Amino acid sequence: MLRYILRRLAWSVPTLLLVTFLVYLALRIGTDPVESYKRVNPRASRAKIQQYIDINGLDPNFVQGYFKWLKNFITGEWAPSIKGRREVWPALKDAMANTLRLGTAATVVGIFFGLIAGVLAALRPGGRRDVFINTSAFVGISIPPFISAILLQLLFAVYWQRWFGESLFPTSGVYPAGHSGFDLFLMLKFMALPTIIVAIQIIATYSRYMRSSLLDVMNSDYMRTARSKGISERRILIKHGMRNALIPVVTIAALDVGSIVGGLIITENIFAYPGMGLYFLKSFGDGDFPLLMPWMVVIVASILLFNLIADISYAWLDPRIRLE
Amino acid sequence: MAEKVLEIRDLHVTFDTPSGPLEAVRGIDLDVEAGELLGVVGESGSGKSVSFLATMGLLPARARVTGSVLLAGEQLIGASAKQMRSVRGRLLSMIFQDPLSALNPVHRIGNQISEMLRSHQSLSSRDADKRAIELLDIVGIPQPSDRARQYPHEFSGGMRQRVVIAIAIANNPKVLIADEPTTALDVTVQAQILEVIERVQERFGTAVVLITHDLGVIARVADRVNVMYAGRNVEQGTIDNLFDHPSHPYTRGLLASLPRPGKQRLKPITGFPPNMVNPPKGCAFHPRCEFATDVCKSELPSLVSYGDLQTACIRAKELPKAVILT
Amino acid sequence: MAFRRFVSHKAAVVSCIIIGILALFVILAPFTARYGVNQSVQAPPNSFLSPRSNAWLGTDDIGRDLYSRLIYGVRVSLLIGLASALISVTLGALVGAVAGFRGGKFDDILMRVTDLFLAFPFLVTLLVVRNVLGGLPWLKPLTGEMNSVRFIIVLFSIFGWMGVARIVRGQVLSLKEREFVEAARAVGASRRYIIARHLLPNSVGPIMVALTFSVVGAIIGESTLAFFGYGPQAGDGATSLGILVGAAKGAVQTGFWWLAVFPCFMLIIIALSINFIGDALRDATDPRLDRGV
Repeated sequence: MLRYILRRLAWSVPTLLLVTFLVYLALRIGTDPVESYKRVNPRASRAKIQQYIDINGLDPNFVQGYFKWLKNFITGEWAPSIKGRREVWPALKDAMANTLRLGTAATVVGIFFGLIAGVLAALRPGGRRDVFINTSAFVGISIPPFISAILLQLLFAVYWQRWFGESLFPTSGVYPAGHSGFDLFLMLKFMALPTIIVAIQIIATYSRYMRSSLLDVMNSDYMRTARSKGISERRILIKHGMRNALIPVVTIAALDVGSIVGGLIITENIFAYPGMGLYFLKSFGDGDFPLLMPWMVVIVASILLFNLIADISYAWLDPRIRLE
Repeated sequence: MAEKVLEIRDLHVTFDTPSGPLEAVRGIDLDVEAGELLGVVGESGSGKSVSFLATMGLLPARARVTGSVLLAGEQLIGASAKQMRSVRGRLLSMIFQDPLSALNPVHRIGNQISEMLRSHQSLSSRDADKRAIELLDIVGIPQPSDRARQYPHEFSGGMRQRVVIAIAIANNPKVLIADEPTTALDVTVQAQILEVIERVQERFGTAVVLITHDLGVIARVADRVNVMYAGRNVEQGTIDNLFDHPSHPYTRGLLASLPRPGKQRLKPITGFPPNMVNPPKGCAFHPRCEFATDVCKSELPSLVSYGDLQTACIRAKELPKAVILT
Repeated sequence: MAFRRFVSHKAAVVSCIIIGILALFVILAPFTARYGVNQSVQAPPNSFLSPRSNAWLGTDDIGRDLYSRLIYGVRVSLLIGLASALISVTLGALVGAVAGFRGGKFDDILMRVTDLFLAFPFLVTLLVVRNVLGGLPWLKPLTGEMNSVRFIIVLFSIFGWMGVARIVRGQVLSLKEREFVEAARAVGASRRYIIARHLLPNSVGPIMVALTFSVVGAIIGESTLAFFGYGPQAGDGATSLGILVGAAKGAVQTGFWWLAVFPCFMLIIIALSINFIGDALRDATDPRLDRGV
């Protein structure tokens, strides 16, 4: 197992290099970093521009340029952002922390309720409860997050304030303007609406996964064997049903990080929540190459990491899979 | 006559389907005596598996079951779920057709056996594990203590069927129902599994109901045979009587279609099994029966003693003696 | 059989009716709309009027009738959805069939590329690919200007084919082993013949399902892009559902609820209806369900 993990980690290095090269290419073509620099800093001297090109590896030759960028990236010589010359790492670190908080909260809430809803639906397939859960989930996945964000904001923030004098949930940021220090309650209040919006998507998706997975399992022969043993329905469900039904669900969950991050990006933007999504959209809009590349590296690395976690958890849950 | 452990009387099972109610079992009477090995034969769709799934209380909720099933004097039809749970696995247990899918792939073999033990006996987990290993030994699995720690996918089909048997006999049930236990296995392995079942029957005095469509299997191990057709019994008797001089035309047909060494040609039963949504009126076998008369098309025959057999055929007495080519 | 199962899916039948009515409204836009796309309601002051008799769904910041603009917007969005879905399904079905049938290197590379694209957050890939497409001057004749509807259609065609290719590939892989394909091969049928006569026709169910989901994908994608300011521009009087939904963002804080609620609900209705149709198609064409009682 350990050897497998080490080998997978070793393999992820070339993958990371290849993908970051593709990202580098895409950003060079798509955002034209040098032009963006000149646009943001119209009075920059020739020497300044050359310095910007050198440190970011923006040579006319893409391959040479990539390796130059890579060398500077690894040795920690990161260029400051083109707008306001900010240090990149502190900004990226804060964004990561904020997104991790929102993402974890939404994922935990979402997967917990999603799995429960899926199990409840699968227990009596075709029953009234099943139809209700399944239809709600279907509606849930059909509504894009920015639409639910707009509607919930309108209801809970704007109109709540008109009707009751105070909005139920704030609509932007982590803390109110001018607040300093840590305040858990205030933070939860600010995080509530974005968490709900991301969680709705996750609940809808996972209740459907869990339902169909558990239904497959419920019809299998070993469930009949379990029933023929005369053990309680609860034990049959938990020990024989859930354990098998979770195998495909867990694998999908770990591979689904991309789409969860996607939901986060949209939601963060709407709520002006200072995480990875807002960071990306701002720097992408500015064509801010020094901010964008490290962001991409973080995203690619986390996708690879979660892929590995998916495989490991798969093998851990299913004894038929041996990692070699 | 030995003590009856399982008495089935007038058992009916009906499924509601989109194309109307389907009566899969249409009034079955059947006795299982203590310690005997009863063979139940029939084509697929004859209701043989459904009858015993109903006995076990393992049919889906949409199945309607009526009649009477007495297990050691206890009525199982209409019993509460809790009562059925206490019966299943303790007094009555079942082996299924496909050993490859009957075991839960994510639990160790030993745990799947000890789960059965601990759900009906108060045993410490250590004692249950020890007993599980003994059971694996009884069903003929070599190195049982190592094998108990393995998962089902590490076992061959025949070995898995042995494990399924070990689970089924763990609590020393009164009746063991074996539903086509050898159908999915190689012929060489089939014989071994039958041997294990016989050994269990002799050693623990367990009554065994062997459900199969294979008369060859029945001939090898059964004491008595019950033949089913279209959800009803058509004939029953001891193995010798039934094989020597079958009365019911269906049983005759079954035996005639059995390959035997030296026999020149097989004689298949013509026609097809009936559609159970709309079974033929009267004796369900009449469309395929060479002896059928007009009476057979209107009257539903029930089991009547005829010589040393019980036969559900109005014309059984008039028919010429069966000539079974041997 | 399949048709009967589709009709028994009540939500899908209702959805078909809704989409039919919408399509009719949109095709007959000159008659159903009350004002032109950029025409103001003639009752100054006319900006931000709440719903009333001369503007059923209210007006926007410069006094245009939201009801009429919704009709024009849905027209453009449905066009984007249908056009890019058709292109991506055609492309995806061909690539998927060839990849599944031939296997080997081509198949490997295809799967790797689609894996990569699908693993990335959707919006990130969408924005980056959009910019790359716009940044390649030699693509200009195909894509047109970056803020044109044509560009959006090309963009979603490029996105959509991958999902379809995966589905068709999977289908072909399982069909390839079936007896009738083996039989065709045994009598010496050519590869192209087998793909065209056996594999694709037997994949019609999944392809139809993919088609419906690509339509939704493109419509929602266009709205997402427009929402973040990267969508088609309201150039010569055109609008789209995305542009209208994008405008809703600003309307939330100021409390002009009709500007947010009506476009959002229109998008939800369209997405939900087409999804229901796709879901019913999937159930209706799933051969596994044919055996059920």
